[in-house]
Amino acid sequence: MSDKLGPESRSGDAGDEKQDTQEKEAVVPERAEEAKLKAKYPNLGQKPGGSDFLMKRLQKGQKYFDSGDYNMAKAKMKNKQLPSAGPDKNLVTGDHIPTPQDLPQRKSSLVTSKLAGPEKNC
Amino acid sequence: MAGAGGGNDIQWCFSQVKGAVDDDVAEADIISTVEFNHSGELLATGDKGGRVVIFQQEQENKTQSHSRGEYNVYSTFQSHEPEFDYLKSLEIEEKINKIRWLPQKNAAQFLLSTNDKTIKLWKISERDKRPEGYNLKEEDGRYRDPTTVTTLRVPVFRPMDLMVEASPRRIFANAHTYHINSISINSDYETYLSADDLRINLWHLEITDRSFNIVDIKPANMEELTEVITAAEFHPNSCNTFVYSSSKGTIRLCDMRASALCDRHSKLFEEPEDPSNRSFFSEIISSISDVKFSHSGRYMMTRDYLSVKIWDLNMENRPVETYQVHEYLRSKLCSLYENDCIFDKFECCWNGSDSVVMTGSYNNFFRMFDRNTKRDITLEASRENNKPRTVLKPRKVCASGKRKKDEISVDSLDFNKKILHTAWHPKENIIAVATTNNLYIFQDKMN
Repeated sequence: MSDKLGPESRSGDAGDEKQDTQEKEAVVPERAEEAKLKAKYPNLGQKPGGSDFLMKRLQKGQKYFDSGDYNMAKAKMKNKQLPSAGPDKNLVTGDHIPTPQDLPQRKSSLVTSKLAGPEKNC
Repeated sequence: MAGAGGGNDIQWCFSQVKGAVDDDVAEADIISTVEFNHSGELLATGDKGGRVVIFQQEQENKTQSHSRGEYNVYSTFQSHEPEFDYLKSLEIEEKINKIRWLPQKNAAQFLLSTNDKTIKLWKISERDKRPEGYNLKEEDGRYRDPTTVTTLRVPVFRPMDLMVEASPRRIFANAHTYHINSISINSDYETYLSADDLRINLWHLEITDRSFNIVDIKPANMEELTEVITAAEFHPNSCNTFVYSSSKGTIRLCDMRASALCDRHSKLFEEPEDPSNRSFFSEIISSISDVKFSHSGRYMMTRDYLSVKIWDLNMENRPVETYQVHEYLRSKLCSLYENDCIFDKFECCWNGSDSVVMTGSYNNFFRMFDRNTKRDITLEASRENNKPRTVLKPRKVCASGKRKKDEISVDSLDFNKKILHTAWHPKENIIAVATTNNLYIFQDKMN
């Protein structure tokens, strides 16, 4: 009976190897996905969980409208077109001068929830 | 094997579905929270439009012994309205993030509902009598000419059709700079906590103008921010203990007896990660979206993007059980990041005896894991199985390779059909499952 109890213990070695391989196999798709993402967005930050990502979460993409900013920007760019919102909604406040088109739609009138309506099975 | 996955092979059957049939979903109708009360008699839902709908279970029908009472609308009210913070130029959504019931103390029912900024205590009471026979007023409310009043009579209470009224009794406002993600009522039934991204506050249910800050993880310099609070809950039995989870996959257990400000945890639950396995997605998918204590208080369950973990409160270095919810998504993380699905916050729940746990997934699938038999099952909330007492067919996702009949391939999954909110009746095998805008109620087959 082998008495090896050190880190290189023989018993269960084959099982450990198998587990290692399985874990590696589980992670390889994740790495492949990461490679895909980096190929699409080469400028993606090194620290995904870092400040930018969390700051965006804290702001929750809320839109700001400052009429002062808007009018000053309008005055500055008298002859040029004001930049439109565009698809990038990730800008931190201050980097982008909002326009009326950026503002969220006014909420529609509040009505009773459809969950309280008659049950329909079809 | 149909029905495998519940203790003693529960067979789940469709019972009811609430909500509109049409595919065009108004944003306001998106269900954002589901919660049974302590007896299971009442089931509350909150939606993105700030409305609360409460269903009540019918008294069991003696003649229909093969099914439990149905849930019918009991009360519905507008809990929160959209607001605008003029100082910060910030729109405050009316979406109900959480509902928590208070245990019943008298004839009325009380619940806490919260949006991003304000928590409200609602009283739901029944009125089934009204006074009739006033001296000075006619029955329709008009005042009588005083000169015609010649006799005195005592108004009497007469029965009327049941009216259920909801009224806001307390409004707990202005205590959160960031967005509230959790509320949890203490086992002392006098206090409760509310948690936002960076802080946790302790309230007394009677006092609205003050709350105590008990956790504050805001760094002095916001550039140093590395993690946020994602969920918090009081221990079910120990009124001094609560936990909060983070976006980095850790859970901290705090004891309020240790100090007034519980910034230093009593226990830190974290599963060690092999640094060589780290990828861009590691931290994002490790973010805990929900934490729930077991009814016994011995265990807690956490939900991260791909798995459900059960932790023994006595062991901090790793969970005692891990269940894969949809491991096949690991090879889709790139597209899930692009369509933002990787940030979806799934909740999880225990059954009454803590033997089975449940959580949602995509394609309107939801999963149950039996902790004793180690069997799991995937079911679908869909209008296709609409006859009551129809046993739900287990579903299976084919990760790769040849797709068997009745299996669905990962690429065919509808990622817009997500089940984020589920609830389990505290005593019976009745579950409430919320799809985007519908509420499904399933029961086990009774013979």
